[in-house]
Amino acid sequence: MKRPVAAGVDVGSTQTKAVVLDAERRVVARSLVETGANVSRAAERAFEAALDAGGLAPDDVAAVVGTGYGRYKVSFGDAQVTEIGCHARGAQWLFPGTRTVIDMGGQDVKGIRVGDQGDVRDFVMNDKCAAGTGRFLASAAEALSLPLDAIGSIALCATSPVRLSTVCAVFVESDVLSYLAAGRSVEDILGGVHSAIAARTVALVRRVGLEPEITFTGGVSRNVGMVHALEAKLGMKLNVGTDAAYTGALGAALFALERAQAGVPRAGLAAS
Amino acid sequence: MGRYQDRMHLLQKDMMARYYAELQVSAEGGGEKAAYMLVSGNPVELVRAFGLLPVFPEVNALQLAVKKQALPFIQKAEELGYSIDNCAYVKADIGCYLSGRKTPLGEIPRPSLILCNYVGCNVYLQWFEHLAEYDPTPIFNLDIPFTRLDHGEPAAEDVAYVVRQLEDLVAVCEGLTGRALDEARLRRVVELSAETGELWSQVKALTRRRPSPFDAYFDSVTMMAPLYCLRGTEECRDFFRAAVDELTERADAGQGPLPEERFRIVVEGPPPWPYLRTFRDMFSRWGAVAVASTYSTVGGLWEFGFRHDPDKPLESIARHMLQWNLTNRNFLQRYDQIRRYVEEWEADALVIHSVKSCRLFSAGQGDMREYFTKELGVPTLLVESDLQDPRYFSEAQMKNRVDAFFESLSHRRAVTGAAS
Repeated sequence: MKRPVAAGVDVGSTQTKAVVLDAERRVVARSLVETGANVSRAAERAFEAALDAGGLAPDDVAAVVGTGYGRYKVSFGDAQVTEIGCHARGAQWLFPGTRTVIDMGGQDVKGIRVGDQGDVRDFVMNDKCAAGTGRFLASAAEALSLPLDAIGSIALCATSPVRLSTVCAVFVESDVLSYLAAGRSVEDILGGVHSAIAARTVALVRRVGLEPEITFTGGVSRNVGMVHALEAKLGMKLNVGTDAAYTGALGAALFALERAQAGVPRAGLAAS
Repeated sequence: MGRYQDRMHLLQKDMMARYYAELQVSAEGGGEKAAYMLVSGNPVELVRAFGLLPVFPEVNALQLAVKKQALPFIQKAEELGYSIDNCAYVKADIGCYLSGRKTPLGEIPRPSLILCNYVGCNVYLQWFEHLAEYDPTPIFNLDIPFTRLDHGEPAAEDVAYVVRQLEDLVAVCEGLTGRALDEARLRRVVELSAETGELWSQVKALTRRRPSPFDAYFDSVTMMAPLYCLRGTEECRDFFRAAVDELTERADAGQGPLPEERFRIVVEGPPPWPYLRTFRDMFSRWGAVAVASTYSTVGGLWEFGFRHDPDKPLESIARHMLQWNLTNRNFLQRYDQIRRYVEEWEADALVIHSVKSCRLFSAGQGDMREYFTKELGVPTLLVESDLQDPRYFSEAQMKNRVDAFFESLSHRRAVTGAAS
């Protein structure tokens, strides 16, 4: 008798992640691939890579849930859940005391208030434009000709952070250049960049209420400068996992496991 | 029992085709003279009493958007210097006007009178002034004081002020048509408007039923076109009689626009015309049906009891312009209108569609969301695109927000259901 497993596939704009869970909600395999231009294929590749990593066959999987922007392209999925629902569920699995999730990605920032079952009580997102998101950090890094993964630790060395006039992901470049021209240090400029986003994010997330514990997820949570800036603004520590990139896929897998354990038949396979 | 929106939809198509055919005849130099007007709180009764043909540039602009033909006209206006942030209705119409006034539904006549019923929007004032400048035409600007008193009623002197302007307008129309005002005809037109208002109000009461027999946002649009373009005619009144019959029949049969009504929502703000179907589908797949919408009151608010009065034609037209349309109301009145919809139409949530190129109407909607979520505990979703400019619509972003919102409403309902 095979033990049923369940999978979550998170198709993001840059990376696609898959997580496979066993019946006891333990991660048995996972994968991360670049999304590329073919979104459906990316979902398949990530799923196959995770199955390979776990030594599993597609038939071992009792349910698949898709999430992320490409969730409707997970053709073999049984259901789709937004990444808001999945981040709440995934963050609560990683840190059971989670009551608020701050999810910061390349294009959006979300604040999610979470119930004790990992359910979404309320959420708030940046309105349409990318101001104050990961894209803002990327623009600032580009303006300074620095790699994106280096700017967080540099920002920690700021002694007197600049005050930016914008959180616009486009105009930040000219702001950064004008501070460089004025002779300000790269550390202070990056300190200002991180603190500007942190201030905007905290203001946004306050709309749903900032109840501890707060778990920080999404690609930007790997940036130590942002963790520090948010903690300074909030006056409290954040939960930050080393596997934050998998939070959405993990949440999707938890939803899939619930379906499997409730005996919902596989829709994805039946349709294919 | 026919298909959903069967007869009413066909009737509407016929009527609007006849209306645009009249515009075409006028554009070709025959028929009636055209008076350009704005939808919000308009004095169409007076224009009809003189036999003038009302033309609504907003309706023409939105028709271009629905047919996905607006962008080249918007860009033409931008080439002339209109800002990217300028109202996209204005840009689409100006671009179209200067390109020969041809819309998918027919050619639009040049105006004989530009009648700017300035209600709630100062950008529109400039829109009409620009038209009068590009194509020299007599222009008459009505000055409608904004609702500014705490009790929400216009002051007696405001009503008198607007009535005096309407009297001036009568003189202008007399000069233009060479005919004296036929008071019996005005009385009849106003009477037909009153009957239409009563029928429309009955239609709107039907969405209190479960399931709601139609979508009070997406389907109201079908009824708004005749309500605005043809109000004050027997044809329009008869259309609303048919609408009441058909929709009552549907309500009695327990039929709604979707197989299952899972969520009852109130919608604030105009729709994204270029992506109307896409936007509607985002809600339909969650079983969300609008039971009320503020947009359907932009040209007049009848469901709270206002009726035109044939015994006081000018005064009731003035009251319609001052008080009984959405855009001349102050923000607290807008809050109150939505609150009544949520309570009396028993809605589960509020959806706000904010319009990027109309800051005048959209400013304050962030506070509106706070008020409804925090003060009243009404789950509220705020999404943003545009009513006219297709460049502001990001389908993936929009869908993500809509899905997440209904996901959490579904979850909340499941949890509350399990607890009770």
